[in-house]
Parts: sequence; C-alpha cells; structure tokens
Amino acid sequence: MKLITAIVKPHRLDEVKEALQAFGVQGLTVSEASGYGRQRGHTEVYRGAEYTVDLVPKIRIEVLVEDDDAEQLIDVIAKAARTGKIGDGKVWSVPVDTAVRVRTGERGPDAL
Amino acid sequence: MPPGILTLAAEEAPTLSAANTGFMLICSALVMLMTPGLAFFYGGMVRVKSTLNMLMMSFVSLGIVTVLWVLYGFSIAFGTDTGSLVGWSSDYAGLSGIGRDELWGATTIPVFVFAAFQLMFAVITPALISGALADRVKFGAWALFIALWATVVYFPVAHWVWAEGGWLFEMGVIDFAGGTAVHINAGAAALAVILVIGKRVGFGKDPMRPHSLPLVMLGAALLWFGWFGFNAGSWLGNDDGVGAVMFVNTQVATAAAMLAWLGYEKVRHGACTTLGAASGAVAGLVAVTPAGGSCSPLGALAIGAVAGLLCAMAVGLKYRFGYDDSLDVVGVHLVGGVVGSVLVGFFATGGVQSEAKGLFYGGGAEQLVKQVVGVAAVLAYSLAVSAVLALVLHKTIGMRVDEDDEVSGIDQVEHAETAYDHSGAGGGTAPRKAAPATAATTPATQQKKVDA
Repeated sequence: MKLITAIVKPHRLDEVKEALQAFGVQGLTVSEASGYGRQRGHTEVYRGAEYTVDLVPKIRIEVLVEDDDAEQLIDVIAKAARTGKIGDGKVWSVPVDTAVRVRTGERGPDAL
Repeated sequence: MPPGILTLAAEEAPTLSAANTGFMLICSALVMLMTPGLAFFYGGMVRVKSTLNMLMMSFVSLGIVTVLWVLYGFSIAFGTDTGSLVGWSSDYAGLSGIGRDELWGATTIPVFVFAAFQLMFAVITPALISGALADRVKFGAWALFIALWATVVYFPVAHWVWAEGGWLFEMGVIDFAGGTAVHINAGAAALAVILVIGKRVGFGKDPMRPHSLPLVMLGAALLWFGWFGFNAGSWLGNDDGVGAVMFVNTQVATAAAMLAWLGYEKVRHGACTTLGAASGAVAGLVAVTPAGGSCSPLGALAIGAVAGLLCAMAVGLKYRFGYDDSLDVVGVHLVGGVVGSVLVGFFATGGVQSEAKGLFYGGGAEQLVKQVVGVAAVLAYSLAVSAVLALVLHKTIGMRVDEDDEVSGIDQVEHAETAYDHSGAGGGTAPRKAAPATAATTPATQQKKVDA
C-alpha cells in the first residue's frame, strides 16, 4: 500500500476530488495546510506597512491506495491540480506498512 | 458650531421649530451611531486577540461620558462663561433646571436637543483616542482616563471653541463641527498617552495585521453615514440651507480624500487597498469637519484631496519616529484636523458661519492666523494635560496590562471573553460553576439508580 499526499491550491480541491472519484478511489482525507515553495509567499500592505506573508493557504489531500495504482493516481492528482501558475503544489507517495478499517478490523488492501 | 447666533433672532424672539427639532434629533442619533461605528473601524484593525477590548474602549465612552455630561459636562461646556475658559450654570448641572420647551439661545431647538447633540460629540471624542492605545491598556485605567480627560480637557475645550464667551469662539476661530475640539483634541491626547505608556510588545518586529478588513469597512461606512449628522447638524437647524451645503461638502471632501489616499497608495505601494479606502474616507471626514461650513463644494474637494494625501503620508511617521500609534489616531485625526482647520484660513468664502474670508477669497491672512492660533492652543493644551493625566494614572494604578497578558491577548484577561471561537469542537468550554448542572444531574442519576 501507498499513502499519497498532495498539497494543492485550495480552489483546485473540487477538481482533484472529482478526478479521484472518477478513478474509483473510495475515500480520502482533506485538511487545511499552509506553507511555501519556491515562490515564498507574497507581500501585503496595510497603510504603507509591508508584511511578507511566507505561509500561504493550501489544501492537503491524503489517499491510501494499493501499490499498483499509486503511480497512475499521482498523475491523476497532478493533472487535476495543475493551473500552470506558480504555487500549484506537490504530490508524493510513501509506503504504508499497515492499514486497519476500524469498524470491521479488516487489514491491508481489504481495509482500503 | 454657532450656538445662539442664528441671525433670524434679530427681529423677533425665536419659536420652537418642529422641523429643526426633528432634524436635530435625527442628527443626534446619527452622531451616536458614529461611536459604535468607530468601534468596528478600530476593532477590525487590531489582531484577533484584542478585538473585544478595542470595541469596548470605544463603546464604554457611551456610558461614562453620558453620565458625566448630565452631571456636570454640559454645564462646564455650555454654561455661562467664566473667564473665557469654562462655563457653569446650575440649571445645566444634572440637566435639572431646563424646561422641555426652553430654546437654546437664539435657535429654534430646545436646550435638551442641543444638549443631546453635543453629548454625542463628547462621547465620540475620547473614544477616538483609544485607537492609539490598542492591545495594551488596562480597561479600568482607560475608563478612569476617559472620565478625567472628558472633565478637564474635552468639556473646557468645547467651551473655548463653541460657547459664547469661550476665548477661541470670541476670537473668531472657525470650527464648524469639531476640527479642533474633537479631532485635534483627541489626536493630541492620543500622542501624549502613547508617549507615556510606550509601544506594544513586538512593535516594528511582529506582524500586526488587521484581523478583519470587512469590519473596518463596516465601521468606516457607519462613520461616514453618522458624520452627516455630525456636520450637517452643526448649524443646529436647516432653515437657511446651511445644513444642506454642509451635507454636500461632507460627501465631496470624503470622496476626494478617499481617491487621494488610494492614488497615493497605488503610486507608492502598487495597490489600492481596502484599508486605504476606509482610512482616506475618514481623513476626508475629519478635514471637512471644521471647514465645511465656510467653504464651497470645490473648496471641500480641495480640502479633502489635500487631507487624503497628507494623512496617507503621515501614517508612516510612526515608524520613522518610533512611537506606536497603533491605529493611526495621530496620522488621521490630528493631521486631518490640523489640515482642515488650517485650510479654513485659505478656503473660507465668507458669509456662512462667519463673514471672514480666507486667503484664496480675498480675506488676507487674518483668518489663517486665527485658525493657526486655535490649532496650536488646543493641540498644546490637550497634549500637556493628557500627558499629565496619563502619567499620573501610569505611575499609580498602572495603565498597561502585564507583558504576558498583552502577548497572550488582552480580551481574555480584561474582559473574560474572546471574540471568536476558532475551535471546531466548541472550544472545549464547560461552565466553570457547575452548581445548576449538578443540581439537575443529581436527581436524574439517583432516579436512574432507583430504576435500576
């Protein structure tokens, strides 16, 4: 199993969600996140006082998938999240040892 | 402000005008709305952790100053003059000897209406000061400061400027609706207090962004709306259309100031900001307040534009000089008030509030000199007395909250509340005093045992 984590622009969440559903993903976790990449946030001005806002709002999407689907799913998410502008985010996967469906106690791929 | 000098009084004794009285009651209510408007304007500009304190610093003025006004404030400000410095009339103390149909001077409105209208000015003026003190002042000390400041600064200065016998009034200083008595007075006091109490923890280092610009806009809009009562009402009636001219001038100057501020921002910082629009509008309102009764709409336009530009430039001074005027009371109210008051000396057209003409209308420099004297006098008096008051309070009961409390948030410490619940789970709050809950649950529990 793999855990795919995607950091995307907030307004791309719906597209990513739809793409995941179309792919057949059963469930996902979404959380608010903040951070910066190469663009290093932005500048805001309040009555002439300039503030550099390093951490910009992002959405973190997490999906557990079987190993075979991981590569393809990463592409699906990246495609759905892409706007072509700076700050589009990142997608990565990490191996997962165990997953348990809490309600039934099923383990491994059965728990997905 | 021309109490008692409506010219119609010359031939016959004035009678109560229902139209003017109704107009003035509405104007008074409009001015009342400015104080909560100011609270929102300021409240949106502070950080989340001190929102409520900022709202309360303005709002409490409605309570404190109203009570003082009834007891002795109206009498000091508008009672019979003593030595050109203060007034006193025992009938006015406690508003005890005023008949409900007794007219104010030579006007056509009851004394009660005049007292109510002026009360609203007295309420908002100390509230204006609070914006400079955001995030760091003990609420009790602030309440005491308001009471003392209104007593020894506002009431006398209102007498100087607006009451027959007051020395600035008699000199011929033009302050239609409060450039000196309200804005310079409050701005100078703000400067004095912040010099005494010092900067916020982290000033110049930590980000102190406004937490809610929509709240700022709401507040600015309420101020703008209420300001029509503030300015248009200051002729104490509208028999001769002066109130209407003042209404137009108020709108014109405010619009021009907003555009000037936005233009400055666009050139200087590359963006027209919401806070800039709100601030520019307020700067224009401040500047037209003393001037609008004596200038033409084109004059108001010029005054607004100059005020918008200069105030936009002035708000940066605190970083240069290192004083922490949290929400730019000095930059907007003191500077705006000075700009408006001094420009009367240039733009007065003569024949409205006073026959005096300004420099641009062939009146020479005479009125300008009077305006400068008025500005300097109120500024110096307010600065000095406010500094003494602040110093005494600071050295005795202390004006600032503990540093830890300031960092963690003044709302919770001073008001036992917080403005927003940011926890999705309801903040984990439980009633501290569980007595009623216990009383309710105990019998239920016992009942359950019995059933079991």
